[in-house]
Amino acid sequence: MAKSVSFSVKDGSVTGAMRQLLKQLLEKKLVDAVLVPLELPSRDNVAQSLVTRSEVLDAANPLAPVLPVSTANIISKMTRLAASEKKVAVVMRSCELRALTELVKLKQASLDNLVLVGVDCYGTFSVPDYKRFAKETPTTGDELLKGVKSGKADSRLREACQVCEYPYPLNADITIGLIGVDFNKGLLVLANTPRGQEILDGLVLVEAKDVSRQTAITELVAVRQKRRDQLFEQTIMESKGLEKLNSIFAPCIGCHNCRDVCPVCYCRECVFDSQTFAFEAEKYLGWASKKGAIRVPTDTLLFHLTRLNHMGTSCVGCGLCQEACPNDVPVFRIFRLVGSKVQPLFSYVPGRNVDEPLPLTTFKEAEFEKVGFE
Amino acid sequence: MSDKKDDNFEPTIVGYLCNWCTYAAADVAGSSRLQYPHNIRAIRVMCSGSVDPLYILRALFSGADAVLISGCRPGDCHYVSGNYKERRRLVLVKTILDTLGLESDRVWLRWIAASDVPKFAATMNEITAEVKKLGPNPIGSAWSV
Repeated sequence: MAKSVSFSVKDGSVTGAMRQLLKQLLEKKLVDAVLVPLELPSRDNVAQSLVTRSEVLDAANPLAPVLPVSTANIISKMTRLAASEKKVAVVMRSCELRALTELVKLKQASLDNLVLVGVDCYGTFSVPDYKRFAKETPTTGDELLKGVKSGKADSRLREACQVCEYPYPLNADITIGLIGVDFNKGLLVLANTPRGQEILDGLVLVEAKDVSRQTAITELVAVRQKRRDQLFEQTIMESKGLEKLNSIFAPCIGCHNCRDVCPVCYCRECVFDSQTFAFEAEKYLGWASKKGAIRVPTDTLLFHLTRLNHMGTSCVGCGLCQEACPNDVPVFRIFRLVGSKVQPLFSYVPGRNVDEPLPLTTFKEAEFEKVGFE
Repeated sequence: MSDKKDDNFEPTIVGYLCNWCTYAAADVAGSSRLQYPHNIRAIRVMCSGSVDPLYILRALFSGADAVLISGCRPGDCHYVSGNYKERRRLVLVKTILDTLGLESDRVWLRWIAASDVPKFAATMNEITAEVKKLGPNPIGSAWSV
């Protein structure tokens, strides 16, 4: 049923084509607003912005390979109290879409009236790296896109992106295909849902066939998966066992940045911020005298282990936790590794399907039948 | 670990016992003077399904040598499905501990009905013996976690 069309790329500027496409959505009143990364006046970073005037979209840079915050968090903030009454097109990468799907299941976001525009993603740079590269290159979106598309910039991508096996969006209403697409023939635009179809019908575009995208995606995913498995092996070597794990998390200062930026860490009030973890001096002294000493603030490893238990099954591997760590704790590596072990237990892929229940909210009678009896 | 050879090692086992089954079984075991090791520290919970992984981890990090969650047999939950959900959570906790090389065999789950009084005593004997073999929980004595 997916309708695919082509959107022409003028002067070889894919960014320009994206801008035109988004502008048309506003100008033809197909949507009331567009949520998209805009290039900041300094031109060395982007910020997701809610745009209602089409001329502002001249600064849109949805292809800038950088992810300061997950758009899933932004949507959650905007729609948690009530769904949007106006139609908003939201431009998102795969990891953001997958996180949003998880948040919808957690009842912390609403998809009502949103048109999800998923863009193929080769990966992103860290914010400081992007800032540096953006200053060196004049047309940031296109030039940097060319670099990542060729695979030459791979080693400079964020670790999470280097091992990401979802370069293509899931559950988007409209997909913008970049991978394996010949830009001389235009952008590949796919409608995946009736909502997406409605939008594409409003734009007058020529039908196009996806000739090479699927193959290119399969190839890219294979490369990523291989790298991912190597990273898992390395992470196991580096972290397995109490002693190694303890030294991995030793630089953790308990700032909880990793939790705050995590798009799927869902508790409205974290137990680690609650009075549950507020103790009198006497308690601390009791623990200290029992062990001879106790690290304060306490519960460094417990915090990370608890987070793994709470959101490990929903971890989409965006890697923002690791980016937010001031002391370079490889949070992402640990979480991604654990996710790869716990998600298959329940045959669960986070972000795959909005109708699939979260693993810990459901059960089957006939599963793990030996547990509790052996 | 030298402690492992300590024959006098008496493990501390934190037991989260469901009010409707295992806790009742423990009660009857006591009043009918059935012998079982004193190592269990029973905490009554309203349902095994109310035990968040944090409770399990917190006990282990605070020096418990093992944690037992015990609830109604599958299909018998007083709240219909709490024990099934706890079963998933337990598999999750154990897998996480295994992946990170922490000792998942210190976490136990058992289904013990209110009428299964001898089973309660037998389970306590079994766990205590097994945990004695494991020795003291290394997380309990690590100051830097």
